[in-house]
Amino acid sequence: MSLPAKLPEDLRPVGHHRVAATVQGGDLKDLAASLFADGMRLALVSGHDDGASIRTVYLFTGGPPDSRVELHVPVDRSRPQVPSLAGLSFPASRFERELSDLFGIEPVDHPQPRRLVLHQHWPEGWHPMRYGSGDVPPMVVDAGSFPFVPVDGTGVYEIPVGPVHAGLIEPGHFRFWVVGETILRMKARLWFVHKGIERLCEGKDVAAGLEIAERISGDTAVGHGLAYCLAVEDARRTQVPEDAQLVRSALLELERLYNHVADIGSLCNDVGFGLAQAWALTLREHLLRLNRAVTGHRLLRGGVVPGGARVLRLPSEDELGEIEQRFEELVELITSSALVMERFTGTAILDEAHARDLGVIGVVGRASGRTFDARITHPLADLRDGFSPTVHSGGDVMARFCVRVDEVRASLSLMVDLIRRSDALDAVTWIEDRSGVQPSEGGVGIAEGWRGAVVHRVELDEEDRLVRVKVVDPSFLNWPALPVCLTDTIVPDFPLANKSFNLSYAGNDL
Amino acid sequence: MRTGWPAASMVAVSLLQVVGVLVGGPLLVGLMRTVRCRLEGRAGPPVRQPLLDLRKLARRERTTSDETSWIFPLAPLVLVGSTVVVAAIAPLLATDPAYGWSADLFAVVFLLLLGSVALALGALDSGTAFGGMGASRAMTIGALSEPALLVVILALSVPAHSSNLPAIVTRSLAHPLWLATPERLLALVAFVIVIVAESGRLPVDNPSTHLELTMIHEAMVLEYSGTDLALIKLGESMRLAVLMALFADLFVPWGVASAPGPIHLVVGLATTVAKVAALGVGLAIFEVTVAKLRLFRVPELLAGAFALSVLAVLSALVVA
Repeated sequence: MSLPAKLPEDLRPVGHHRVAATVQGGDLKDLAASLFADGMRLALVSGHDDGASIRTVYLFTGGPPDSRVELHVPVDRSRPQVPSLAGLSFPASRFERELSDLFGIEPVDHPQPRRLVLHQHWPEGWHPMRYGSGDVPPMVVDAGSFPFVPVDGTGVYEIPVGPVHAGLIEPGHFRFWVVGETILRMKARLWFVHKGIERLCEGKDVAAGLEIAERISGDTAVGHGLAYCLAVEDARRTQVPEDAQLVRSALLELERLYNHVADIGSLCNDVGFGLAQAWALTLREHLLRLNRAVTGHRLLRGGVVPGGARVLRLPSEDELGEIEQRFEELVELITSSALVMERFTGTAILDEAHARDLGVIGVVGRASGRTFDARITHPLADLRDGFSPTVHSGGDVMARFCVRVDEVRASLSLMVDLIRRSDALDAVTWIEDRSGVQPSEGGVGIAEGWRGAVVHRVELDEEDRLVRVKVVDPSFLNWPALPVCLTDTIVPDFPLANKSFNLSYAGNDL
Repeated sequence: MRTGWPAASMVAVSLLQVVGVLVGGPLLVGLMRTVRCRLEGRAGPPVRQPLLDLRKLARRERTTSDETSWIFPLAPLVLVGSTVVVAAIAPLLATDPAYGWSADLFAVVFLLLLGSVALALGALDSGTAFGGMGASRAMTIGALSEPALLVVILALSVPAHSSNLPAIVTRSLAHPLWLATPERLLALVAFVIVIVAESGRLPVDNPSTHLELTMIHEAMVLEYSGTDLALIKLGESMRLAVLMALFADLFVPWGVASAPGPIHLVVGLATTVAKVAALGVGLAIFEVTVAKLRLFRVPELLAGAFALSVLAVLSALVVA
């Protein structure tokens, strides 16, 4: 891909396939428009309080071939404003609202300048990511209210659900407006689990940052850990040996396996097919034990480390073969149930136009015809012929189920390929050349976690301490698609639709 | 009105039936759960777990919302009370329980459904969105399954020329060939579907779900706690046991005591328990193999039950 001609003169290569330029706010919209026109997506927007000044970093990514463009926009501390890109990109509008809450940078001409991250009990004008924001202030009553758009009409009624649910699930409030059983409108209210993770990382050393990254979303330890390590390595200009990248790719697939298997089981459980859930849970447990044998941790923590990977052993081909056989039995059990197939088919359709406009990625995107897969666009290592992304176009629960099934199959065959190519178990090597690197150039890491592409952007100071870590979990981009797919869906099918997305609350709300 | 049995014997039958249903209902639910767990490869709780749960709930505090009226606490009592009445008068163990003459099939079945109506009113009374949603769904399903049930009853009463349950059972015992007639078989299938729908089992409702938005029956009882919840759980399991015992009465009546005396009664008890347990195991096995229907498909299933019951009546009239 060629870079847009409009980019400024001082465009400089800063890291792994990455170029950066400092631009003024006034030029931002035109540049962003030309980058979008080139098929790039806005992967991350990060605020930076550098003390004397404030800066906003927009990361655009595209490919293949892997290309990453960063625009650094300086912001006036006395009048913090950036032009809103909401008219060009829906994800941008969400990033800007987050920026406005956490940094107090106002997106000018934003169509929905409401709070996103901060609930209404946080006082006006308090922005926790600014330096000197001080201690957590006392809560106030309804500083920025959360108005639900009222829906009127004969027979319309409202069902509020959550944030406390009957099962062991994360907190989210869903409000439905319903006629009979048909959903007219649904509004999801999230951000009940803000933990201040990005702030927590500041001042920590690289190893401590990894421990935090692995715990951002418990089921995505490798996805976040790997994206973080890639970002740190990019910031340090570390070359990681290919053997290590192959082992990392295998760990990423192991994470995908156990999560997809669990999701497939949960989908069946949600339609009352408990037998398949029981089978899927036994297979998941089998996979978790394999994870422990591989990394010493059931959720694969500690496998990916800065500079490489560290595993006890890799799974054998026999083990993968047994998993494949058990998985195929599970799929056979599910697909032979006409009732289950009937429940999945045509339920909660997210069509491609909506998926594209909302910037949906990952499993959900690939079930709606979006081909983006970071394993192809931002590859860690050459996956050769062993891998091609799974894309379905139905956009319904069935398509999301099928994407998961096909991805498990693809993961298994990819892993056989990976373990044949790599036998380096403790592959950690440092090859660094940091001459002339500016801390603000930072590093970017992108990994295709099991939900979708996880993006981290890290800036380190001269003593290798974390100055700023910005994290984007795919859930942040995919949550807005859930209400959209509920058009013509009935209330009792919502849990199934929600499960087929299976988005993270913890990863969404850092 | 039938007379022939000593009054003491009839009272003994009724008492035994009520006690049997009170204890047997929760055990039946426990048995079905155990079967399900075993088939799914899980150990599962002991069969008596529902009884232990009842004890636990009975000790807990009752919490009710300020919005509720007298209907809310009354609903569980109506559910259990109406089921106890049915358990007392229906010929579950012997053909002549006390007040057996009043055990008209219509009366019995609609006494059982009275509990559903009471629960729906209680759910509406709680004033929550889930209560209203559950009640509306339960009534939709009830409105579709009850006509089917009425017609099934009609089909079953044609050969006996009576809708009195003891009469039907007595005649069936005397004419076992009746049980293999087409109208019986058609009515049997329709009756099974109605049992499944009315007792909130798969594929109509999933009693073990934690997803509030998919619930039908469970959504109605979300606001109940403590002794009220214990009564509801007890009432539900009793109703399931009574429905199955009625099913056994109507389609496989052998073993029901047709003469007074302890030996007959023991035989009646043993066979009824065995039949209900077998039906429970069968239903549990069926539940493992199916998934829950989409809510809007449930009417199609119940329409099927209605069609079968109409065919059963036609067949009964033609044969008669």
